[in-house]
Order: sequence, then C-alpha cells, then structure tokens
Amino acid sequence: MGLDLRWPIGLMFTFFGALLTIYGVVTNSDPMYQLSLGKNINLIWGIVLLIFGGLMLIGAIRGSKAPPQA
Amino acid sequence: MQPIQLHWIDYTILLAYVVFILGIGWALARYMKSSRDFLTSSRSIPTWVTGLAFISANLGALELVGMAASGAKYGIATSHFYWVGAIPAMVFLAVFMMPFYYGSKARSTPEYLKMRFDQRVRFVNAFAFAVMTVATSGISMNALADLLHLLLGWKYSVSLWVCSVVVLLYVFKGGLTSAIYTEVLQFFLIVLGFAPVVWLGLEDVGGWSALKERLTGIASHPATLALGDKTFQSDAWTSAWKPLLAGSGNNPMGVDIFAMVFGLGFVLSFGYWCTNFLVVQRAMAAKNMTAARNTPLVAAIPKMLFPAIVILPGMIAVGLATLPNKEYRIPPPIISDANYSKAIDAVQNANPADMDAGVKAVHDALGAPIYSDKVSALITANAQHAETTEQIKAALYNSVAENDYNAVIPSLVQRYCPSGLLALALLALFASFMSGMAGNITAFNTVWTYDLYQGYIAPNKDDRHYFRMGQFVTVVGTLLSIVCAYFASHYSNAMDALQLVFGFVNAPIFATFLLGMFWKRTTGTGAFLGLIGGILTSVVFHALTLSVGDTPGIKGGYIQVVHTFQSDMAQAFWLASFAFSACFILTVLISLVTAQTKTDEELKGLVYSLTPKIKDHEQHFFLRPAVLGTILIIACVILNIIFW
Repeated sequence: MGLDLRWPIGLMFTFFGALLTIYGVVTNSDPMYQLSLGKNINLIWGIVLLIFGGLMLIGAIRGSKAPPQA
Repeated sequence: MQPIQLHWIDYTILLAYVVFILGIGWALARYMKSSRDFLTSSRSIPTWVTGLAFISANLGALELVGMAASGAKYGIATSHFYWVGAIPAMVFLAVFMMPFYYGSKARSTPEYLKMRFDQRVRFVNAFAFAVMTVATSGISMNALADLLHLLLGWKYSVSLWVCSVVVLLYVFKGGLTSAIYTEVLQFFLIVLGFAPVVWLGLEDVGGWSALKERLTGIASHPATLALGDKTFQSDAWTSAWKPLLAGSGNNPMGVDIFAMVFGLGFVLSFGYWCTNFLVVQRAMAAKNMTAARNTPLVAAIPKMLFPAIVILPGMIAVGLATLPNKEYRIPPPIISDANYSKAIDAVQNANPADMDAGVKAVHDALGAPIYSDKVSALITANAQHAETTEQIKAALYNSVAENDYNAVIPSLVQRYCPSGLLALALLALFASFMSGMAGNITAFNTVWTYDLYQGYIAPNKDDRHYFRMGQFVTVVGTLLSIVCAYFASHYSNAMDALQLVFGFVNAPIFATFLLGMFWKRTTGTGAFLGLIGGILTSVVFHALTLSVGDTPGIKGGYIQVVHTFQSDMAQAFWLASFAFSACFILTVLISLVTAQTKTDEELKGLVYSLTPKIKDHEQHFFLRPAVLGTILIIACVILNIIFW
C-alpha cells in the first residue's frame, strides 16, 4: 500500500505531544496536579510524546528519500 | 464514582484522534480496487505493521479491563495468560503453521480447512466464527458504553453509536488495510496512554518492592478486600508458579498445574492464537512468506511485556486499597441513588442500642453485602454527632463488601489523570475497544464473503460483486454488533450462555488443524466427525461438572455433578483438555477407517510431510523465524523464572 504508516503516527503523536506540553506549561502549578502526585504530568508526558512522534517522523522522512524496498 | 468533567483540551485530543483515524481510512480508499484489496489487503503490508496489528486486534475485546481485574483477583499468576499461553502459541504459529496458511494461498482459516478437508469442516468453523465475531464485538461495545457512562456520564446509546459509526466509516473506506493501519496507531495509543497511569500508580503505592509487601499481607487476609474467605500462602499474589504447584486449593485462581499447562497453555492458547482468523488474518496480510511468519514473532515482543501495563494496574489497586492513608477502594458494584438514600435513612434512624437491627436495616436498604463492623462504626459515629448525608454516603460506599474488579482501570484513570493526560488515557480505552471491534468486523466480512457467501450461496460471480458484498456486509456486521450490544445490556445471561457455546465449539478445533497440518492420513470425514465429537464432549463435560459455590444450571452440572472444581477457570481449562483429547482421538480413529479422498498432489502445500521445507538461508541469521522463535521462548522462560 502506498501509505507509509509512520506519517500519520508521527503527525498524531507530535500534535498530541505539542498540545500537552503547551497545556502543561500554561497550567503549571495548577491544583489539578495534586492528582498526578504533584508532578506536571502533562508537561512530562507531552515531551515523551513529542520525542516519540518526532522519531516516527524522522523515520518517515528518511523512508521517503530512500528508494522503496524490493 | 462521580463522572469526570472533560475540558476543552480533552475534547480537542479526542476529536483529533477521530480525525486522524478517519483520515487513514480515506487515504487508503483509493487503493481499494478489488475484493482482495478490501478483504485481504492483497498481501502487501510490512512486518512491523502486521505484527503490531496482530497484538492490537486481540487486545481489543476486554483485555485491558479484564486483565487488570484478574491482576487484582489473582496477582502475578495472571501472567500465565501471556508467558505460558500466548507466547509459545505465537511462536508455534510463526514457525510451524504459518507456512501452510500463507503458502496455501487460502484467504481465511476456514478456507484452509476446505482445501485440506472438505466443505463440511469449513462450514462448522466459518459459521461458528462468523456468529462469534459479531457477538464478541457487541459484548465489547456494550462494555465500552457502560464504562463511558460510569466514567464520563455519557449516554449509553450515544457512546455506542458514535464509536461504532467511526469504526464502520474507516473500515468501510479502507477495508482490512485501514483496520490494520489504525490498529497500529491504536497499539501505540494504548501503550503511551496507560504507561503514565501505571507509573503514577506504582509510585503512589511506594514502588515495586513496597507493592509486593502489601500483596504478601493480602494473601493471608483476602477477605479484607472481599477476595474470598480462604487464606493463602504469603506469596499467592506475588509468585506465578509456587502457589500453582501447591495445588488448586492453594492459589486464588483455583487451578491445578495440569489444567494450567495443558488446558490453558496448550489447548486454549494454541487453539486461539493458531486458528482464530481474527489474529491469523493479520499475518496473512503480510507482503511475503517471511513477513507472514515473522508477524506473530514481532507481536510476541510487546505481548511479553504487556503484563506491566495490563496486569500491574490490578495489583496496584489491591496494594492501594490496603493502605488506609491512600483513601482508595476498588469500586463496589453500581448501587442506585435510590438505594443509597434509603440506606442513608436507615443509618439516621438506626438505634445504636440495637446495633444488629440497624446493620440489617442498612443492608436491606442497600441491597448489597456489607462489612457490618464498618456500618456499626458509622451508626455509632452518626449517633454521636450527626454526619452530613454526603459523609454517610461516602462511608456506605466504603462499607460495601463486594468489588467490581472491572472498574479498577476507570478508577485509576480517575485517580491519577488531570485534564490533558485524561484524554490520552481515555484514548487508550477507546483505542483498545475500537481496534478489537475493527478486528472482529474485518474478520467477519472476509469469512462471510469468501467462506459463506461465495462458498455456499453465490459462487462464480465476478470480483466486483464480492467487493460490493464485502462492503455491504461490513455495514451489516456493524449493525448486528450494535444489536448484540443492546441485547447484552438487557440480557447479560443470554450473552453468557452464548459465550459458553463458543467455548464448546472452540475447545476442540486446534486438534483438527494440528492433525490436518501434520498427519497426511487425516481424512475429511475423520476431521468432521472428530470435531463434532469434540464439541459434544464439551457439552457433556459441562453438564456433568460444576465449580465450588455454583448451583447446577448455566454454570454446568445440570445432568449430574460428577466432579466439582475449585473455580470456573479450572472447569473451563479441563473442559478444553477433554474436548481437545476427544477430538484428537476420534479424528485419528475415524481417519484410519475411512478412505483419504485427497491425493498427495492435492495436499502439497497443506500438509507438513508433503510440503518442501522452507529454506531461510537468504535471510539474515537473526531474522530467521526459527532463530527468532527460539530467542523469544528463552526470554519467556527467563520471565517465568524471575517471577517464579
């Protein structure tokens, strides 16, 4: 099939990661973080998702440059 | 549990997810040119994709919720479903069985049975499978809609229809490829959505060694968590094998070692992983033989680690519930507000001088088993200084001596997730249910179109016709699942009965496939009658046995109780063992006295001894299925030893 699955995965997780990271920064020290044991879990996990999404995107870009595998 | 409020950030993330998965369906629609594209992906998908889809399709059903429930009830021994059950079976599928499925060019596992035996065997398998997939996805959608109602207060019908229609749209557009692609996306969502919840839970309970310590305490007082009135050795929740070796009366599962290793590890697991078209279909969509064989092996790697995400939360919940300062309990079954207010009245009207009558009144009003010591403490406290109704309700909630283990996951999500992360955790739930539903729907439309419709109703039509039928039946299958979901919500007993029947039909089937693939003398008549004999054995076995605490009826023993098992699970494992053995022996005996109707030439590619051995020499040493499989088995043994 002509669709490299790494594109949608990479795009989606980068988007979620960016959203959570920004939301985490904006809501830093909000009392709701008592739930997550005082950690700004949105910021932390947003960065994790950004890294994951970014790796997928790098893979997709490299895949689109390399000649298609036999 | 009070429903959680979602914020704009949560809605944004949920909506974005829907846009992405529908986008995948639309992007793939232009590649859907024939029924093979739509129903079998025309065998074009890379291994890592089919591998992760293999796991995700199976993960759907009720695994996340159900395995956490088992983790709470049985502890680390639940991992047997992975390290004894799934992994060895997946390796066997990859190394020994996949060459015949893929090499025969069958489009489904029932079609393999037709090539190897005849139409009769195919029909039994295809028909039972088609009914089962629709019912399973209905049961699973029912569970999801209930869960969303509990967690978010969403209306049952709205959740049911919205989720089903989303799945329908992307499967209708992009067929099996779309289901497989979204399953991979969903795989990552499940892992990345639940990992932070598990991480926070583990940290809250004080880490792994603190958790083990809490669980050691629980083993000698399981009644404190309404886990039963027996006591167990201190390692019953923290070791996988020691409690099992101590006998069926000494582990919370109530299972003996033979039932575990032969019944679950061999018969049920191999029967599921090696013959169930829902999972095998993913591997059959791979782009070449090596990719097909490596699919279950790629899948086995995350599968092996999954207990950390699905079983651990249940154990964490039990650990938390034993720590008074954490103010956590495993949620009780849902009790109506009307009953709560009656019980609040009963507490307020109770006379502390006549405590027994007061406790009984509260018990009757609530309509659920209660811890009488907690209720009498509440009555005393209320008599000394009148408590508010909220306080009384909270105390009553904590006094219910019954747990709804399926609510463990939602309760942890509610406990640890602030807005933002909440959406991600919810997505993990959505993803797991949707991937399971899409898996069932795509397996259903293929088996319906090729095995039942083309096989019996309308053979010899042009491909365009079957393509249209595939799309049409995708809609029908989804609608039938929705009907099943409503049915399950109103008549849960009927659904239990239906699942029981699936159990009867599925238990012996692995013997049919095993003999068909590895013994060329097996005849069509032998396989057919052997399979029927195996199914009848299940029925008779069920009618003659019962498990402790059950009454004869739907749970078994309705003819006569010849043997009593320690648990339902032990009964199911032994039933499978008997059904498999009966099917195996009958198939062999009948085959020996009936004539083989297929020539050796016809059986080439279908039977082990008549098929040229696959040479993997062109593959890199580490990528050969046999080598990878061996590495996986060794890793699995190591995990079993670590958690011995």
